Amino acid sequence: MDRLTYFPGCSLKDEAKEFEISAMAVMKVLELPLVEIERWNCCGTVFSLTEDDLMHQLASIRNFIRVQEAGSDEIVTSCAMCYNTLKRSSLFVNHAEERLEKINAFMDEEVAYEGKVEVRHLLEIIRDRIGWEKVEEAMIYPLEGLSVAPYYGCMLLRPRQVGIDDPDNPTIMRDLIDALWATPVEYAFQAECCGSYQVVDHRELIVERTHRILSSARRAGADVVVTSCPLCQYNLRETQSELKEKIPTYEEMPVMYFTQLMAVALDVDSGELPGPLLARFSVGEGVGKGEG
Amino acid sequence: MSEQENATIRIHIMGKTYRVPAGLTIMDAMEYSGYRFIRGAGCRSGFCGACSTIYRREEDYRLQFALACQEMAEDGMYLVQLPFTPAPRSQYDLEKIDPTENVLLQYYPEIARCVSCNTCTKACPQDIEVMDYVQAALRGDIARTAALSFDCIQCGLCTMRCPADIKHYHMAQMARRIYGRYLSPVPEHLEEQLREIEEGVCDSELDKLVAMNEEELVLAYAARIREEE
Repeated sequence: MDRLTYFPGCSLKDEAKEFEISAMAVMKVLELPLVEIERWNCCGTVFSLTEDDLMHQLASIRNFIRVQEAGSDEIVTSCAMCYNTLKRSSLFVNHAEERLEKINAFMDEEVAYEGKVEVRHLLEIIRDRIGWEKVEEAMIYPLEGLSVAPYYGCMLLRPRQVGIDDPDNPTIMRDLIDALWATPVEYAFQAECCGSYQVVDHRELIVERTHRILSSARRAGADVVVTSCPLCQYNLRETQSELKEKIPTYEEMPVMYFTQLMAVALDVDSGELPGPLLARFSVGEGVGKGEG
Repeated sequence: MSEQENATIRIHIMGKTYRVPAGLTIMDAMEYSGYRFIRGAGCRSGFCGACSTIYRREEDYRLQFALACQEMAEDGMYLVQLPFTPAPRSQYDLEKIDPTENVLLQYYPEIARCVSCNTCTKACPQDIEVMDYVQAALRGDIARTAALSFDCIQCGLCTMRCPADIKHYHMAQMARRIYGRYLSPVPEHLEEQLREIEEGVCDSELDKLVAMNEEELVLAYAARIREEE
């Protein structure tokens, strides 16, 4: 069986465990299992925009070397933030001989990176290598009647050259939702920034953005919002309690990872699901059956 | 005297050149040259971590790292004495810690600044994968942090070299403490033994010993049953 060289990223090992649990379970059923690389480090978290700042490329490149050592030329991740950083690093050094030479000279304790590792997001793999038809075939519990709003945020789409889809009109998550027989929700803020790390110093900013994004999804009829980024997920989920305090009429919106939605439909372990979804919606026995 | 015994090497200490006998450790060679270690020397056996040092070889730009009491002095070494440079350490009460995944980040948030440059690993005289344990800590894997850092002797070279201001060795020590206190499995025989002690199973034997005079103790010691080796 084919398998994927999988890079989890730090968040999937603590804050976002349910993302990894569901992704692992789903990919096993889809017969393209995720196999974690044996040794890996943080992706680098934020891509450095300084042209000559090679130091901040080391984290990504060291991971590419691990992939190379594992005999692969592809690294797959489901975290949108890791994807973005890794992908941009790969574009920055792959085929850039002078940069590679410098970096390899600094990392003289490692084998030289050859500049050949390709970075892919799990959604791309599902679209391009598995196909929506196969996802539909693997489905046990169709999500008929469930309205799902895809939330892309920034990292899957921008900048354009690393986007897994058209940054102005992405369809990849909509197609996935379609394949699971749920109703994709169109709304204005699917690619709006969640506020990212501003949550550390300017939490009120995130509360405001969460309100804007989730209210828009709600008005468009969404029962649930799906994401692909642990930071977006954290921001959208954790600031809702503050939102409720400010606006007593605010109704909570469940937010979950796209792999969890798949896990529910494919009847495999989804990890911990957002509670309210289960209370307000039932598409049959399947929903919420996931352990965790 | 054979030629071997006569052999001397040239070393440079703080920029001044000395001739010392071959076959000495860096620390011995410096003492032979007249330096006296008031700080930066301890057990002289490679365990205490007090004598971490840096040096260069002629014609090589790379800094080398070692314990002065363990590494042999070589011809052409440029040696220095490092000042005492303790890194700040977080205060915590082990009994009041919540051993969840984020606890290391909570007390040592700077580990999130790691750029994976691996300079710490290159500096470690114990050949520990320092960066790998910082990365394990970052993703909340306390057991792996503890296991990878097990051989650390707290010399602090990693921290001296880190461009991200991480206090590797203090953080890892905390991980090992948390592991030992909360996460490591308790061996069955230990639990059994502790239970027996609490139930007073050993009390009568102990009371007998306490009641003996010196002569009786000596006799009892000589007559003790020894476990087969």
